[in-house]
Amino acid sequence: MSPAAHSLPIDISNLCKAYGSVKALNDVSLNIAAGEFLTLLGPSGSGKTTLLMALAGFVRPDGGSIRFGEQEMIATPPHKRGLGMVFQSYALFPFMTVAENVAYPLKIRGVSKSDQKARAERALETVQLGGYGDRRITQLSGGQRQRVALARAMVFEPQIILMDEPLSALDKKLREHMQIELKALHEKLDATVVYVTHDQREALTMSDRIAVVNHGRIEQIATPERLYRQPHSFFVADFIGESISLPVSVANDTAQLGERVLKSNTPIALGSGGHRLIIRPELLEVTAGAVPDAANDLSGQVHDIIYQGDSVLVIVQHDSAGQINVRVPANRAGQTGLPSKGEQIGLALHPEDTIIVPEHVA
Amino acid sequence: MSIAETYEGAGTLQNASTLKSEERREKLTFLGLSMPAVLTILIVVFLPIFWLSSLSFFNAAGELSTENYTRIFSSALYRRTFVVTFQISIAVTVICVLLGYPLCYWLTKMPNKTAAILMVFVLVPFWTSVLVRTYAWLVLLQRNGIINSSLMSLGIIEEPLQLAHNLTGSIIGMVHIMLPFLVLPLYATMRNIDGDLVRAAVGLGSSPRGAFWRVFFPMSLPGLFAGIVLVFILSLGFFVTPALLGGGRVQMLAQRIESTITVYSNWGAASALGVVLLLLALAMIWLMNRVFGLDKLFMR
Ligand SMILES: Nc1ncnc2c1ncn2[C@@H]1O[C@H](COP(=O)(O)OP(=O)(O)O)[C@@H](O)[C@H]1O
Ligand SMILES: [Mg+2]
Repeated sequence: MSPAAHSLPIDISNLCKAYGSVKALNDVSLNIAAGEFLTLLGPSGSGKTTLLMALAGFVRPDGGSIRFGEQEMIATPPHKRGLGMVFQSYALFPFMTVAENVAYPLKIRGVSKSDQKARAERALETVQLGGYGDRRITQLSGGQRQRVALARAMVFEPQIILMDEPLSALDKKLREHMQIELKALHEKLDATVVYVTHDQREALTMSDRIAVVNHGRIEQIATPERLYRQPHSFFVADFIGESISLPVSVANDTAQLGERVLKSNTPIALGSGGHRLIIRPELLEVTAGAVPDAANDLSGQVHDIIYQGDSVLVIVQHDSAGQINVRVPANRAGQTGLPSKGEQIGLALHPEDTIIVPEHVA
Repeated sequence: MSIAETYEGAGTLQNASTLKSEERREKLTFLGLSMPAVLTILIVVFLPIFWLSSLSFFNAAGELSTENYTRIFSSALYRRTFVVTFQISIAVTVICVLLGYPLCYWLTKMPNKTAAILMVFVLVPFWTSVLVRTYAWLVLLQRNGIINSSLMSLGIIEEPLQLAHNLTGSIIGMVHIMLPFLVLPLYATMRNIDGDLVRAAVGLGSSPRGAFWRVFFPMSLPGLFAGIVLVFILSLGFFVTPALLGGGRVQMLAQRIESTITVYSNWGAASALGVVLLLLALAMIWLMNRVFGLDKLFMR
């Protein structure tokens, strides 16, 4: 892209916004690196849109600071922030053609007619819609509209692009395809992307880092892998991936499940409200014989076996902990043979997979 | 291609004739249901129009002639009536747009509940008889009416203003009666404009004013156009308010038609005026459609 465009870091500090008694943003601080793909992930109503709209300038915070690079932006009106934006509803102008939509930001910026045309066409090619310029918006499918919205957001080479649940209106297959495409597109563009979603899988797929938002606060910010393997709180562990949780007691940096001391490699995160052991079905190992001494033993009796196509879910009844789900890849299950209902099997939870989290972050 | 051919090779179509007759019965039901409306329109709209236009080709002596039409185009009196009718209709439409557009825009910015309450203020007069409202304006506007007496007691004016029994009075009264016809379609259109569109325009670099003119305004045009057509066409043929508030000094087309019948009992001449009014209205709709390029706007 042109040498003038280079992505900017975003520094958010102590951002607050209340609607009546609801704290939509509760003292949010967040540093986003230049060129990073950062996702705001959280359940509906957690404050993601409010944070994004505060970045865009459509929500006026009660206090705090937002800097793009060195420049304080908190009081800058939205049209002077120079952002590319993609909305959930796409927000394409229905009375304009595809090309006119894409050229809109250029037209506003006084780019010459011929330049507008060339750059709009180039942007459309980037999103694989070359030659669609003369179409009407109504003639496009949902996925194509999404691409037009993307082309429009990046055509003027903004240093920062904001997206609010841009894929949520697409069906599953197209959504997963667009996730990969968006990620590839981000690598081509020189822009910092702030992306909002409530879909944890989408966040894991696309992001450099994920900020998990809950009740207007950032619970944890980390790379997808770290977030998955070392969640800081029960909320994060529960929201990301599939898991069951069991209450454990913690004393002197060791956790106990019932009478048994749990072996864990990761330090136990600080917090309040008791601790829980997080068990992810795919991290458990079904052992042929007895569970090795180095691992935590969760052996039990097979209660049910559910075939799910790509994998098999084995539900094990544990004496004290209740039901534990184990996921076995379908190929391996096919090779070694599945346990049968009622059979006693060994279940190992290795120390590096043993996740213990506090109920609430400190 | 018959149904059997379409499915050729797929074996027999079970219950095909039953399904077909069921479909036919359904169509007949719909036709039957729409019949009363179709007949009513035919009898009360098209028949009188046909009768009216045929009447216009007979002169006062009952002979077949185009006299009624040549008189309309040659007589200065009639020409004056057409000019006044157009002037008043245009003035009323323009004032309605100037008052109605900002009002609708402001209403769309209100929270839903407030907007609904405010809409009632627009609608209550709409539900009141035109006659009642016109007399109410007479009470307000006349020489010793409420407006003149308050302005004089406040010392703003010395002499009472001539507000009724003239063009001013007619236009004030007509604007009040026509305003809802502009506001209703316009407000409905504006309310349906996705707020994200304006936000997207601003987010992509338009100033709030630029976003209004480039995005909001074009999207409100279908509603504005519908309102303008309604107000203008209704104004062209308006009778009660100019008759009462104009005090005989304002002669619009409908009044001319009325006097042609009641005073001169000349049905042929009155019919010709009616036909010309109808054609003018149709021509205006066609013209406005051309100017606003409506087919493009409505294509979503
Ligand atoms: N304009 C508003 N007026 C009142 N409350 C609002 C407004 N916008 C958001 N909220 C509230 O703020 C909280 C966060 O909302 P939002 O940022 O839209 O969440 P998310 O995008 O994560 O679903 C919610 O409780 C929501 O009800
Ligand atoms: Mg949201």
